[in-house]
Amino acid sequence: MKDPAPYRRPYRGTQPDYLFPPYASTVRRAPSQPLVVLPHTLSELTAPVFGYDDIKPQDSDLTQQHPGEPLGERIVVSGRVLDENGKALPGLLIEIWQANAAGRYNHRVDQHDAPLDPNFTGAGRILTDAEGRYRFVTIRPGEYPWRNHHNAWRPAHIHFSLFGPAIVTRLITQMYFPGDPLLEYDPMFTCVPDEKARNRLVSTFDWETTMPEHALGYRFDIVLRGREATPMENRR
Amino acid sequence: MSLRASTSQTIGPYLRIGLEWMVIEDLAPPGVAGDRVRLEGRVVDADGKPVNDAAVEIWQANSQGKYASPEDTQAQPAEKAFRGYGRSLTDDAGAFRFRTIKPGRVPGPEGKHQAPHLTVTIFMRGLLKQLQTRIYFPDDPANADDPVLNLVPAERRATLVAKKRADGALEWNVVLQGKNETVFFDF
Repeated sequence: MKDPAPYRRPYRGTQPDYLFPPYASTVRRAPSQPLVVLPHTLSELTAPVFGYDDIKPQDSDLTQQHPGEPLGERIVVSGRVLDENGKALPGLLIEIWQANAAGRYNHRVDQHDAPLDPNFTGAGRILTDAEGRYRFVTIRPGEYPWRNHHNAWRPAHIHFSLFGPAIVTRLITQMYFPGDPLLEYDPMFTCVPDEKARNRLVSTFDWETTMPEHALGYRFDIVLRGREATPMENRR
Repeated sequence: MSLRASTSQTIGPYLRIGLEWMVIEDLAPPGVAGDRVRLEGRVVDADGKPVNDAAVEIWQANSQGKYASPEDTQAQPAEKAFRGYGRSLTDDAGAFRFRTIKPGRVPGPEGKHQAPHLTVTIFMRGLLKQLQTRIYFPDDPANADDPVLNLVPAERRATLVAKKRADGALEWNVVLQGKNETVFFDF
């Protein structure tokens, strides 16, 4: 039996290293021993499948999860999930979480002196449709301080978690907003040297998905790893 | 078309908000075939301090070596009640836990079969991308010939094999950095 086609390895400079001292938490948590190159076997080429039994329709509208409306600016965040070969990825589970409009997370560890919003949890999920599309309605998250370095502030962002067709395509990333002046100071955003790769984490304002009288639209497309075109029989 | 994969970013400290709804620590309800396994462990950093904000995810085949994934085209059937995916979020002691079944052997490189193993993906604050590793089962004779385990320097292999405790549970700990550092894969 031929070995199945593996996934492509990352392009140079487009994925972070584990150790990145400007982000202080990496220093005691990054592995120090060399990584062992893992062949992509069936264990790496498969992944769990999720379905409509796992989620509810209102899970994708973060403004409708409580009796009242959350404070802040309503936004629509939508996009497509493709692989590196340009193929749309349908039926993928996307999970998101974020701070509220004041820059406060609904989490015991977050002690930032900004108000919680009883009408906003900040969690959503959805399955991509047949064309790999997703759409969330939420509120624009606030910026907030953190203790990484003096006067450190995180740019506004939404956390995204995605399952792909294979375990090696599993991706957790963050979506940023265009024109945010904090981006250049943020060690998470600047963790990769490739400027184009960084800028793909920044959503774009999207007039077409903007809802008149209701909410601005932001577009954020996500690309998961793609498979090599042909099986590599002698790969070790 | 040739696109480039999106850049990974840290899960950050507030992962519970987004991921807690789908914590799955019991993967195998009654009726799922296979030997029952209780697996427990802790995640510690370079100073031995518990990591209380990690997500530990496992992925495995069923007892017949079949993954519940369309990418697995082997003939044996998947089991409806067994998805093979687990997610545990570490507590203040850095601890995670799963109840599952021991998977069967699955094909590996060049047609050789692999020893039973769990695929493990770990996210946490301070990791800009996930760590990928594996858990093997103690005293399984197939471990000696496992094509992946044999890629690991012999003196580090033990970090990928769970230990059987007196109470019957399997223990497998994650040491992020330093002495007895767990083997992580470039995937």
